[in-house]
Amino acid sequence: MGREGEVIAKLLPQFQRLHPDIEVRVQQLPWNTAHQKLLTAFAGGATPDLCQLGNSWIPEFAALEALEPLETSVAGSSVVQSADYFPGIWQTNVVEGRLYGVPWYVDTRLLFYRRDLLAQAGFSSPPRTWNEWRQMLAAIKARVGPDRYSVLLPLNEFEPLLVLALQQPEPLLRDGGRFGNFESSGFHRALEFYTEAFTNGWAPPVENTQVPNAWEELGRGYYSFYISGPWSIGEFKRRLPPEQQASWMTAPMPGPDGPGASLAGGSSLVMFRRSHHKPEAWLLLEFLSSPATQRRFYALTGDLPPRRSTWEAPELADNVYARAFREQLEQVKPAPRVPQLERIVTEMRLVAERVVHGDLSIDQGTIELDRTVDAVLAKRRWMLAREAPR
Amino acid sequence: MRAGLAGWAFAAPALLIIGVFFFVPVLGAFAVSLTDFDLYALADLHNLRFVGLGNYLELLHSRDFWRALGNTCYFVIAGVPLSIAASLGAALLINSRLTRLPALFRTVFFAPVVATLVAVALVWRYLLHTRYGLINWALGGLGLHPIDWLGDPHWALPAIILFAVWKNFGYNMIIFVAALQSIPADLYEAAHLDGANGWQTFRRVTLPLLRPTMLLVGVLTVAGYFQLFAEPYVMTEGGPLQSTTSVLYLMYEQGFKWWNLGLASAIAFLLFLIMLAVTALELRFSRQRESA
Repeated sequence: MGREGEVIAKLLPQFQRLHPDIEVRVQQLPWNTAHQKLLTAFAGGATPDLCQLGNSWIPEFAALEALEPLETSVAGSSVVQSADYFPGIWQTNVVEGRLYGVPWYVDTRLLFYRRDLLAQAGFSSPPRTWNEWRQMLAAIKARVGPDRYSVLLPLNEFEPLLVLALQQPEPLLRDGGRFGNFESSGFHRALEFYTEAFTNGWAPPVENTQVPNAWEELGRGYYSFYISGPWSIGEFKRRLPPEQQASWMTAPMPGPDGPGASLAGGSSLVMFRRSHHKPEAWLLLEFLSSPATQRRFYALTGDLPPRRSTWEAPELADNVYARAFREQLEQVKPAPRVPQLERIVTEMRLVAERVVHGDLSIDQGTIELDRTVDAVLAKRRWMLAREAPR
Repeated sequence: MRAGLAGWAFAAPALLIIGVFFFVPVLGAFAVSLTDFDLYALADLHNLRFVGLGNYLELLHSRDFWRALGNTCYFVIAGVPLSIAASLGAALLINSRLTRLPALFRTVFFAPVVATLVAVALVWRYLLHTRYGLINWALGGLGLHPIDWLGDPHWALPAIILFAVWKNFGYNMIIFVAALQSIPADLYEAAHLDGANGWQTFRRVTLPLLRPTMLLVGVLTVAGYFQLFAEPYVMTEGGPLQSTTSVLYLMYEQGFKWWNLGLASAIAFLLFLIMLAVTALELRFSRQRESA
């Protein structure tokens, strides 16, 4: 899918040399239609043998019983060793105790920040806790005045709030994903901190469409902190002028009381249950998962590898911008693994937007959110209740 | 009898196509709207439940649906008159004997209709940008405060209306130009001889003769504007605060983002009923005026 779909053509010749008897046909999908195309393919019985799947989609396709469980294949494999993978990322592939995918590359969110602006505000290192972060946000805002801000939290992106919420000890859903748990004190804290950033004027109340070039805006000092993913490393390198290159850096997410968790994102490789070529598909999956192939894949795409051994390669170990990601990846948590995840985080974002605009108080927001999410999960509860006697 | 049979035979291919590609899917969609067809049902039809009018009742109790309907009505009530006025105004200008190069203006005014929506939406997003946009720059020149067009829930829909009117007025303009050209010149001459000024001529000659065209344009535009979807989809994604979520956008989200196909079909039917009622009212209103 997307860029990965183009790049895989460069990795395949080597696989063909190793296995000349296996013919691989690649079907590229653009990201924004991939989900719908795969569901249509499932409905039409035309699913592929092996597929890249965003790991937040895995529970959905697992619920469709479209995916082949992989525990036995992994157990017998000398290449795919689960202990070598970052545990939070590996977990995203486990739904109701069964393994449905092998991580291909990882994606998590952390801080991109302006070292020089932080230094001017009197701070020599990035924040490790929310309180340190609060002080920095306030100090920067005091310096830059009403037209500039401290942090960008686009109101139409759910990820920043989801990261803050995942840092809490309480899970987002309770009773095995049957009900929302947004009235918990943990989510309350996360939403409070998020809202505070807007009411104190630390974050501009905008959507990302109003900040079409978030990287250059950080360069201009419109804000000093930006929560983003690995692709932004390349964007900053390309878009900021050479004299500004020393001014930006990455840092792991600060947490409520110390280094915080972040979201375990990325893509996995999955096999479809209806495939007639499972052994061959598994061979290709193993090939793509080997540290050597992953190094080439990183060189071609900049996508971060999910295995610790791949990270020992000098191009990653010595990359100053990637270092914070290496640290963060040991502390990533999967989002709730239910098929309705995307809907739930969208509802969460919408409620947060209303709270930020002052339409709802934080308490009203969490109550409203639990009510909506409980309704979204109604069919899931019915399904689980029906499965129980079996 | 033989003639009747021949008539049916001639109509049969068209009827067959309409039946297979319109009535059967519509009936299918209605059947789906009575169920809770969703992702689980896609996996296994045993997970499908018949819910009767449950989806419809759920919608009538849902804040999101009323909000979307409110947004859509706002868009129709503000957008349709504005759009028709712009079309008529442009048509009158083009049709005026004082205008030079009418063909050029006709092309220029029609250009937005054929331009790719996504491309022009991108341009408009830059025009409407709070800090760098041309529109706020012009407002600043007039001494007005910048408006956060697409970020402020009060201004986002007006911005969408402005964009939609600009995008669509050329189409109706062409229809009006054709209608204006079919008005016999001797009527204007007679009015002129009777001493009517420009406004009186417009009120007493042009407008009455345009009435059938006006009805056609009105019905088409109302039906088109009720189906607001692409503009918010590319400009605002329904935001901010769902202030640009239209009924059709809600249906798209429920159907193709969350795969609640049962609920999405119910939304489609409700919208269909609303549009049917509004169109019937329009026709009735115009017939009353004709007989009056």
